Amino acid sequence: MFVRLGAAIAAMTLLSGAAFAQGKLTDPQIAHIAYTAGVIDIAAAKQAQSKASNKDVRAFADDMVRDHEAVNKQALDLVKKLNVKPEDNDTSKALSKAAADKLAELGKLSGAAYDKAYVANEVAYHKTVNGALEKQLIPSASNAELKGLLQTGLKIFQGHEQHAEHVAAGLK
Amino acid sequence: MQPGRLRLIAASLAIGAMAAPAHAATIQIVMENMVISPAEASAKVGDTLELINKDVLVHTATARNGDFDVTMPPKKTVTYVLKKAGAVDYYCRFHPNMKATLKIEP
Repeated sequence: MFVRLGAAIAAMTLLSGAAFAQGKLTDPQIAHIAYTAGVIDIAAAKQAQSKASNKDVRAFADDMVRDHEAVNKQALDLVKKLNVKPEDNDTSKALSKAAADKLAELGKLSGAAYDKAYVANEVAYHKTVNGALEKQLIPSASNAELKGLLQTGLKIFQGHEQHAEHVAAGLK
Repeated sequence: MQPGRLRLIAASLAIGAMAAPAHAATIQIVMENMVISPAEASAKVGDTLELINKDVLVHTATARNGDFDVTMPPKKTVTYVLKKAGAVDYYCRFHPNMKATLKIEP
């Protein structure tokens, strides 16, 4: 399962693809992956809030913090309601590891170079996560409410991807 | 249409006309899943916009020409009475890919 995101992460981190050769993802794992993906983007946005110089980039970072916190709050409310305990898993771990490396890499940049690299990564990251949502997480989710939240999330994150692309185009 | 029914409609229209100015209408605009619908709407000055935000996110209806800027908290409906005529392009400041047009007649 999860071949696309797995492959993307493996490429980013040089991890073995074998790390993702797990069975079908369970709802507690899917919830954990979706939540982790949100936490990662919030961390990246908070770094951008303190480092970005371009006003469109800063506004975009504000939007990412606001939206991903709102969606993750929905996710927490839902798992509580469903009495599901999000379960850590190899995909979540690999996502977090790759994100920590990216954060460190971006942390070394500054000015326009940072702005460009942050926004480019946001485009790529949302693309990867949206692809994973569409092809893996949503089809694998068993609970209808979890599936619904993931579908809502996908619509929102597709909006973010377009927004990021628009900001990226403005930086050229 | 049956004549009886037509009279009933005429009567209720008359009551409505007494309660509010004849031209005032309510136009519903829905923001859901990062999309504004309808993408094009028509209204008149004095009409009320009912801006329904079905998302868990904050949205705004912000006129590009500066005529209005309304913020809708998550899952809330906000009303706004149109004050100026014009063909107005508006968008959400937080999600600039959410765009729509409102034609406001005098």
